[in-house]
Amino acid sequence: MPPRDEGDPVTFDLFLLQLFTGLALGSIYVLVALGLSLIFGMLTVVNFAHGQFFMVGAYLGVFFLGLTGNFWFSLLAVPIAAGVIGMVCERFLVRPLYGRGIDYPLLLTYGLGLVLLESVRMIAGTQGVPFNTPPLLSGAVDLGVFFFPKYRLFLIVITALLLIGLWLFLEKTTYGLIIRAGARDPEIVNILGVDVSRVWLVVFGIGISLAATAGLLAAPIRGVFPEMGVPVLVEAFVVTVVGGMGSLVGAVIAGLLVGVTVSFTAFFFPQMSTLSMFVLMALVLIFRPRGLFGRAGALG
Amino acid sequence: MATYHYDKHRRRLTRRDLVKGGFAVTAIAAVGPYYLRYAHAQTGPIKIGLPVPLTGPYSSEAQNQARCAQLAIDMFNQAGGLKGRMAELLVRDDKLNPGEAATRSQELIESDKVNFLCGSLSASVQLAVNNVAKNRGVIYNSISQSDTINEASDFSKYTFHEALNPHMTSGAVGRYVFPKFGKRVAFLTADYAYGHEMVNGFKRVGKQFGLEDVLEIKHPIGQADYSTFFPRIQAAKPDILIASNFGRDQLNTFKQATEFGLKQQMKIICPVLLYTQRLAGGGTSFEGVIGGANYYWELEKTAPTAKRLNDAYRAKHGGEVPSDYAAYGFSGIYSMLEAVKKVGTTDTDAVIAAMETLKYDAYKGTQYFRKCDHQSVQSVLVIESKPDSQAKSKADICSIVATETGSEDRLRSCKELGHG
Repeated sequence: MPPRDEGDPVTFDLFLLQLFTGLALGSIYVLVALGLSLIFGMLTVVNFAHGQFFMVGAYLGVFFLGLTGNFWFSLLAVPIAAGVIGMVCERFLVRPLYGRGIDYPLLLTYGLGLVLLESVRMIAGTQGVPFNTPPLLSGAVDLGVFFFPKYRLFLIVITALLLIGLWLFLEKTTYGLIIRAGARDPEIVNILGVDVSRVWLVVFGIGISLAATAGLLAAPIRGVFPEMGVPVLVEAFVVTVVGGMGSLVGAVIAGLLVGVTVSFTAFFFPQMSTLSMFVLMALVLIFRPRGLFGRAGALG
Repeated sequence: MATYHYDKHRRRLTRRDLVKGGFAVTAIAAVGPYYLRYAHAQTGPIKIGLPVPLTGPYSSEAQNQARCAQLAIDMFNQAGGLKGRMAELLVRDDKLNPGEAATRSQELIESDKVNFLCGSLSASVQLAVNNVAKNRGVIYNSISQSDTINEASDFSKYTFHEALNPHMTSGAVGRYVFPKFGKRVAFLTADYAYGHEMVNGFKRVGKQFGLEDVLEIKHPIGQADYSTFFPRIQAAKPDILIASNFGRDQLNTFKQATEFGLKQQMKIICPVLLYTQRLAGGGTSFEGVIGGANYYWELEKTAPTAKRLNDAYRAKHGGEVPSDYAAYGFSGIYSMLEAVKKVGTTDTDAVIAAMETLKYDAYKGTQYFRKCDHQSVQSVLVIESKPDSQAKSKADICSIVATETGSEDRLRSCKELGHG
């Protein structure tokens, strides 16, 4: 670490700022991990194509933006389009593999990810396309000591809304009850006369829809290019593993924790900032192998 | 002391023994060919191998390099080749990995029997290719930025460096920006050779202008989010932020720095302002950013060879223009083939001698390889990104604000590099 001179003192303001930046970054990690966590928690499918659906979401956003010129329309259209794609994938690719062990869908989705990546490269080119922040949300807000981008504040709000929506859906609606029951004991649910396969279809669709929405929302920050999903799969896995596979609460706490960890590492040991999330994951795995909020033996 | 992990009573091999044995065999296989020198074909097509990272974060640059390299080959062939001997390009994916690049180069030399090598897009990968090439006595013309490759320790008579080096690039950019925008400088640097060499270059040229180094942050390559570095940068209150990173890292840095309002507080500078990333990042993110370049397509207004390259590229690739790094692909191949034409043979030593005395104008004016380190002496452009509102076409994204003419004075001296 380079020595600090008087131009760079560690003040309380700076500390708070670093914390806030970390929490904001964490909310992006939460957003990114949400779809992965949901699909795993409910279907025990480890979706290795998560990062590529994230990328597809961003490209769908570019497509809809090109059609209408309206970011908000894209924000509405992308989750729907991606949900449909997700359901098609579930119906024809993932469904035949249920009950065959966790590695089958894992390999399938890994391959699917490669296909998606190459398809996008062929259709949209390898160079990437510009994606500007919607005009309403561009620019920074003065938070007193620091300027903070409006768009990142918007992301925090959107992530919170998505989480609340998802929680209400799973906990407070009849359909949510069926999903939770189906996750716990599909056989009984089937005997009770509910078509479990339809429930899984919907859950997979929602998970893909969340991945794609995250991609669209991240596009103004990270840009749109075919490989944009690659680090996302890693980030989403770290968050999911730290939080506990399949736990939504876990995903939230872990996402924020990873954000703050990365932020403070970036402050003191910038070279280690990316590494820090893996160190955190290793520590959690050593002391609590199931993750902070995970069920024991989820992968068994 | 070495311990042997086999069971003494049963004399059975353990996995560890197998692994050790495997390593030994691999080592022998790898070292063996070093004692061989390859006789290159003096008949049949002239083969040039081009290892570039077709996959990975620099893939778009690499694909453009391969396209432009092909243009140089086509141009040579259309002019009749070498008394009817045609040139042929063999593109390989080095995956931005030194080990992969070494293997691909080895295959190119041993199986494909290439006459020359060109390519690579990262300092460490380039050194790996150079190592293979110099051990096998094959000319390698490197087209990615590196200072190390000029130094006596890595240099061999087979090593040529067509690209700019960080010392030249940061020198030209520094001489333009330090007098204009201030002395307090913060560095945000990708933590690998490219970044480190650029920062060294900036600090060196900065001495003349009383540069005050207020903050230095090194970040891992391939970082997706840079926001966590910004509080410290803002607290350090620099006049200039120099971001020495490459590819997508550059794009994300500028995109996020714009978002966080850093541009209102400081001027953002980069050693190399990449055409492809500027296209993918859009005008807003890059607005006002200044950086160096080996090439910008608008050179065609003054340089006829720039027009020749642009027109050839436009004709083949839907009216688009070549990027800066793509143009290296052209000039890297072009300079070697010019030397081949000059001596009328592909004999390695004859071509080396020809390259050492060659004056060539591939795409932007006259260049030549300095005798001692085979660095191509050439002009450096300083360009500034335009806002979208001023763009007259999709490709109109920058303006050339300064041109530093090529001169050996701008390079480190042969003596400093350890030559003779």
